[in-house]
Amino acid sequence: MREGGMTDMSVRIGGLTLANPVMPASGTFAEGLALAADLDALGALVTKTITRELRAGNPLPRVAETAGGMLNAIGIPSKGVPYFLEHTLPAMRAFAPPLVVSISAPTAEGFATLAAEVSVPGVAAIEANISCPNIEEDGRAFAMRAESTEAVIRRLRAATPLPLWAKLTPNTGDVPEVARAAEAAGADALVVANTILAMSVDLTTFRPRLGNVMGGLSGPAIKPIVLRQVYQCARAVRIPVIGCGGISTAEDAAEYMIAGATAVQVGTATFLHPGAMEAVIEGLSRFCAGRGIARVSELTGALHREETDEAELEWAEPAP
Amino acid sequence: MSGPAPISVAAQRAGVLSHASLNAEYRHLVLRAGAPASGALPGQFFQLLCPAPPGEAPFLRRPMSLYGADPARGEVEFLYKVTGAGTRGLATLSVGDTLDIMGPLGHGFALDPAWRGVVAIGRGAGLATLAPIAKAARAAGIGVTAILSARRPELVVSEDLFRGQGARVITVTDQEGTSGPAHVERLLRGLIAEGGVDAFLTCGSARLLRVQQRLGREFGIPGQVAMEQQMACGLGMCFCCVRDFNEGGEIVHKRVCWDGPVFDMLEAVA
Repeated sequence: MREGGMTDMSVRIGGLTLANPVMPASGTFAEGLALAADLDALGALVTKTITRELRAGNPLPRVAETAGGMLNAIGIPSKGVPYFLEHTLPAMRAFAPPLVVSISAPTAEGFATLAAEVSVPGVAAIEANISCPNIEEDGRAFAMRAESTEAVIRRLRAATPLPLWAKLTPNTGDVPEVARAAEAAGADALVVANTILAMSVDLTTFRPRLGNVMGGLSGPAIKPIVLRQVYQCARAVRIPVIGCGGISTAEDAAEYMIAGATAVQVGTATFLHPGAMEAVIEGLSRFCAGRGIARVSELTGALHREETDEAELEWAEPAP
Repeated sequence: MSGPAPISVAAQRAGVLSHASLNAEYRHLVLRAGAPASGALPGQFFQLLCPAPPGEAPFLRRPMSLYGADPARGEVEFLYKVTGAGTRGLATLSVGDTLDIMGPLGHGFALDPAWRGVVAIGRGAGLATLAPIAKAARAAGIGVTAILSARRPELVVSEDLFRGQGARVITVTDQEGTSGPAHVERLLRGLIAEGGVDAFLTCGSARLLRVQQRLGREFGIPGQVAMEQQMACGLGMCFCCVRDFNEGGEIVHKRVCWDGPVFDMLEAVA
């Protein structure tokens, strides 16, 4: 229970108990945020994705704004594992919340090797970024198909004793099927989802507004889409689902939890307001207290829903 | 210059005290803002949450370098040119409105008290970034010669501000044919020959930066350059604002918001 609050804000993600359900989305957080926000107030910390290989990242421009959101194609710049263990990890250990390390690799074997290398004291869980649309050519990633998801998560499961979160992509037709594959292969939780593959054109120059041409859309613009995917995934699996997509306020977070999320990740909103995550935590506590909800975890899956027969759903999901 | 600056950053709503056109292109915005904003140092910047101008909706904050800060009066000043949705939004602000400013951010100019004199060289919007050096250098007992470059004489900004702080000011303009790198180099060689040029401080021109890098190497004069780049977070998290820097012969990416925006002049790739 938070100091002075009426609500029990703790949530359980697999074997991990978090003080509250709010954490940064990978790639939108680094120790620089400590200049402007109280990191110890967060439920967990999630690192930028690291890779074994040294990566310079994508050509500029790497960011472009759009209606209600932003496009990014950063390209996962990474200084490799030794730098992470020597510099990033000690810096992160200075803060109280459990540390989740986001990893990525071009192959299942590479994922497994990296997971083993970062399964060290001070790391509470591993988030396998099998979804970043910039990683592979034409935006393809492991999490676009159930088979490749199951294969990589199975390798990861064997490689680390730490809780394993699979970060899924929204850029595939059947996210619940991929979710079930990750669960079957041993994931402890799912992060749903990532940025939505998108692009933008500069009408002055006729050039793409991102150096990488395509990039990931984030921010309020994607919230209803990812919210729907969280709802679908939470109904498809028994493991916890962490919602991630366009969450800016406590109300957004509450929507995600009611739709089925056990916790949430906040990303782009932090770029606009460094205190966004703290505001979401405080707002969620008030949201619950104002409705006589003793534990924030009671929100998870609390959606009131009329039972609908299949025929009525047909209009929403036309046959291919 | 590496690692986080020992500063604290706050996003705060700052009231507009005055907002006026300085010339045909630049507008001067004075805000009421307490600490830590009003303690901002020359070369540091803020991330401004610009209001939406009619028909547009800027989503991200906009980086804006400091034009002036006065901790005693609790004021922060910016000088800007209307160029896009963010600055068009800024232009709609009236006295009494508020603006969400986040800062101060980044590493500013580091003035060495052992210096007797520096040359501040800027062009265009870079002149606004250099402006706060005038007061800081005077307080540190460092003499300043300012070479201010613009397309036309009426677009030179910061001239009065430098003169008011006792700096020697040389203006060079495209219209007068005095702003080319060859002419500026002659001016600089003259100043170096006079003695008392212990550092170059610059912003706003890649051509003038290259002149200073060459003279810096020739005469062993250090320098600092304030760089610009499109940004998203301003806190070193997103890696949108990287630029190439030459670190001991190796080209590396550095984040303008976090490792800069003021860098060692010789490391900058102009």
